[in-house]
Amino acid sequence: MSGLIKKIGWPRLIIGLFLTGLFIACPFVGVNIQFAVNDVMGRFGMNLVLILSLVPMIQSGCGLNFGVPLGIVSGAFGAVCSVELQATGFMGILTAMLIACSFAIVIGLIYGNILNRIKGDEMIISTYVSMAFVGFMCLLWVRLLPFKNPLLLYGFGGSVFKPQIPLSNHWAGVLDKVLYFKIGPVIEVPVGLFLIGALCCFLMWLFFRSKLGTAMTAAGSNPEYARAAGVSIDKMRLISVVMSTSIAALGMIIYYQHYTFVQLYMTPINLMLPTVAAILIGGAAIRKATITNVIIGTFLFQGVVTVGPMVAGSAFGDIADALRLVISNGMILYALTRKEQR
Amino acid sequence: MSKKLDFKVLFMKNIVPVIFLLMTAIMMPFSGYSGKFLVQEIVTRLGRDTFLVLALLIPLMAGMGINFGLGLGAMASQIALVFVTDWHVTGVSGVLLAMLISTPISLVFGLFGGYLLNNAKGREMITSYVLGFFMLGAYQIIVLFGMGSIIPIGDEGLLLSRGFGIRNTIMLDGVAGSFDTLLDRLFGFRVQIADIGIPVVTILVVALLCLLTWWFRRTKLGQEIRAVGQDMGVSAASGINVSRTRIISMLISTVLAGYGYIVFMQNVSVMPVYTGANTVATYAAAALLVGGATASKAGIPGVIFGVALFHLLFIVTPMAANRIFGAAEVAEYFRLFISYSIIALALVLNGWNAKKEKDRALFGHRNRGGDRINTADAQPEPATPK
Repeated sequence: MSGLIKKIGWPRLIIGLFLTGLFIACPFVGVNIQFAVNDVMGRFGMNLVLILSLVPMIQSGCGLNFGVPLGIVSGAFGAVCSVELQATGFMGILTAMLIACSFAIVIGLIYGNILNRIKGDEMIISTYVSMAFVGFMCLLWVRLLPFKNPLLLYGFGGSVFKPQIPLSNHWAGVLDKVLYFKIGPVIEVPVGLFLIGALCCFLMWLFFRSKLGTAMTAAGSNPEYARAAGVSIDKMRLISVVMSTSIAALGMIIYYQHYTFVQLYMTPINLMLPTVAAILIGGAAIRKATITNVIIGTFLFQGVVTVGPMVAGSAFGDIADALRLVISNGMILYALTRKEQR
Repeated sequence: MSKKLDFKVLFMKNIVPVIFLLMTAIMMPFSGYSGKFLVQEIVTRLGRDTFLVLALLIPLMAGMGINFGLGLGAMASQIALVFVTDWHVTGVSGVLLAMLISTPISLVFGLFGGYLLNNAKGREMITSYVLGFFMLGAYQIIVLFGMGSIIPIGDEGLLLSRGFGIRNTIMLDGVAGSFDTLLDRLFGFRVQIADIGIPVVTILVVALLCLLTWWFRRTKLGQEIRAVGQDMGVSAASGINVSRTRIISMLISTVLAGYGYIVFMQNVSVMPVYTGANTVATYAAAALLVGGATASKAGIPGVIFGVALFHLLFIVTPMAANRIFGAAEVAEYFRLFISYSIIALALVLNGWNAKKEKDRALFGHRNRGGDRINTADAQPEPATPK
C-alpha cells in the first residue's frame, strides 16, 4: 500500500482525491455532472499540447520553461496573421500553425542563445525575458502592426487591436468537429482534438527514443557524461528551447481553435504559472518529465480548475480563483523545494 | 592595454544603468515635462519608494538574490492597513499602529518564506517569485472571505455589498500624508526648497534606515550574512549556522518590506487590496537593478540612484512614447515593458558577466604564465633544475 502511494506520489493522490470529491459534490450543489465532464474533456484537449511543450526543456536540463509566454505570444501572432489573411477552415488553421511555428523558431533561437549564455538562473531569467517580450508585443498590438482587417481592430481608426478576437468565422472548432460525436444531450466528444493531442504525444515519445532525443536527455541528466560521449550540451539545450517554444506556439493554436477566441495583450503571462503547475501535478520534476506526467497532469489540473469553480461557484462565490492560485503555485513551490533526485 | 580592459570591464559592469540613462536622456525632450515638475516627482517618489527597495538589500547580501517575494511584507501591511482604517486610527499614530500590527504577520510570512528558500538553494529568485503568487492566493482567502465573516470589520464601507470581504480599493484618508506633510502641519506652512515640496519626515525615516543598514553590515550578524553570501560551504565550516542566517535575512527583509509598503501607502493613499503587493515587488526589483545592482552585490548609493532613475524612466518614457506614437494606450504598456525589460536585461547581463568571470578565472589558472606573460603578477617561472 505504502509502495503504491509512493509510486503515485502524495500530491497526485491528494489532488486526484480532491477532483473525485468535486465530481461527487456536483449533484449536491446543483451542477449537472454532464456539463462538468464535457468541460473537463474540452479543456483537457485544448491544453494538452501546450503543456506537452515543456517536456524538451525539462529533459535537456533547462528547467521548467517559465518562458512559455514566448511560445504563446507566437501562437497569438500566427492566429492573428491567419485572420488578417482571411484564411478559413483547415487552410486557416494550417496557415496559423505555419506562421506561428516559424515565428516561434526565430524567437526560440534568440531565447535559447540567451539561456546558453547564462547557466544557473534560467528559470527567473526566462520568466522576465518572456514578460518583457509580451510587454513589447503589447506595444505592437497597440500601434505598430500594419494590419487592416476590421475584425482585428477597434473601429475608431488607427490600428489598435481588440483584446479578444473571435475566430468563429475562420477556423474555430475545425479540429473538434473531425469524427465528432455526442453522448446524450450534453456531452460532445471532440475526437479530432484528442487525435491531434495523441499524435503530438506519440511524436514526442518517439523523439525521445531517437538518437537526438537520447542525447538531449543525457545532456540534461548527466552533463559530464554526455560531454565525454561527444554530445554538445549547448546545442542540445538550444534545440530543446526551439522545440519547446514552437510546440507551445502550435499548442496555442490548438487552444484557440477550441476556445474560439484569440486573446492578446498581457493574457499570455496569465497562462505561464498554470502551465508549469500542470506538468508538475502530473509528477514531473525540475529535471525529469515523461509523456505520462503530461497527460495525468493536464487531466488533474484542468479537472480541478474547471470543476472547482463550478462547485464552489454555487457554494462560496469567487473562492475558486484564490484556491487556483494556492494549488497551482503551491505545486510549483513543492517542486522547486524538493530535493533533487538524480 | 590594461587600462583599456579596465574601462571595458567597468562599462560592462554598469551597462544596465548606462543603457537606461541614455534612453531617458533621449526621451526627455519628447516628453514635454518641465524640469521643475520632474524634480518634484523624483523627490516625492524617492521618499515613497526608497524604503521598499532598501528592504531588498539584506537577502541580496546573504546570497539569496533579489527577493521577488517582497509582496509578502506588503500583504502583511495591507492587512494591517485594513484594520487601522477600520478602527479610524489616523495620522502618525495610525501609521505607527499599522507598522506594529504588520510586524508579527510579516514575521510569520518571512519565516515561512525563509524556510522554503532554504530548501531551494541555487534557485531562490524563482522560488520567491512563485511564493509571492502563492501567498497572494492565501491572502485573498483571508481578506476576501475571512474579513467581515470570521475577522470582525466594523466599518461597512470597507466591505463588499455581499456583507463580507474587503472592497477592491480602499481610500486611506486617515493615514494619507502622515509622514510626508507632518512638518507642514506642525509649522503651519509648506516646507519647500525653490517651490519644490519636501516630504521631510519621510526622507528622515529613509535616511534612518540607510544608516541602520550601513551599521548592520558591520555587526557580527551582518558579517555572518555577508560570509554566507560569499560561500555557504566555507561559512558552515567556520561555524556559522547557514540556514538560520538565511532565515533571519528573509525575516528582516519581509518586516522592512511591510514598513516600506506603509510608507509607500501613506503617500499614495489609495490601496489596491488585491493587486498591489506583487506589483510593488516588481517595481522595487526593477529600481534596484536599474541602479546597477547585480544579483549578488548592491549598495545604498546605488539604491537611491536606482530609485531616481527608475522613476524618471517611469514618468518620462511613457509620455514620450505617447507623443511619438500618438496613442494614449501606449503609455500603460510602455510602463510594463520598461520594468520587465529592466529586470530581464539586468539578470541576463549579470548572469552573462558572472559566467564570463568564472570562465576567465578558470582560463587564467590553466594558462598561468602563458597568456598573461606581460602582466606584472605572472612572472615567467624560473627554470628550477632538479
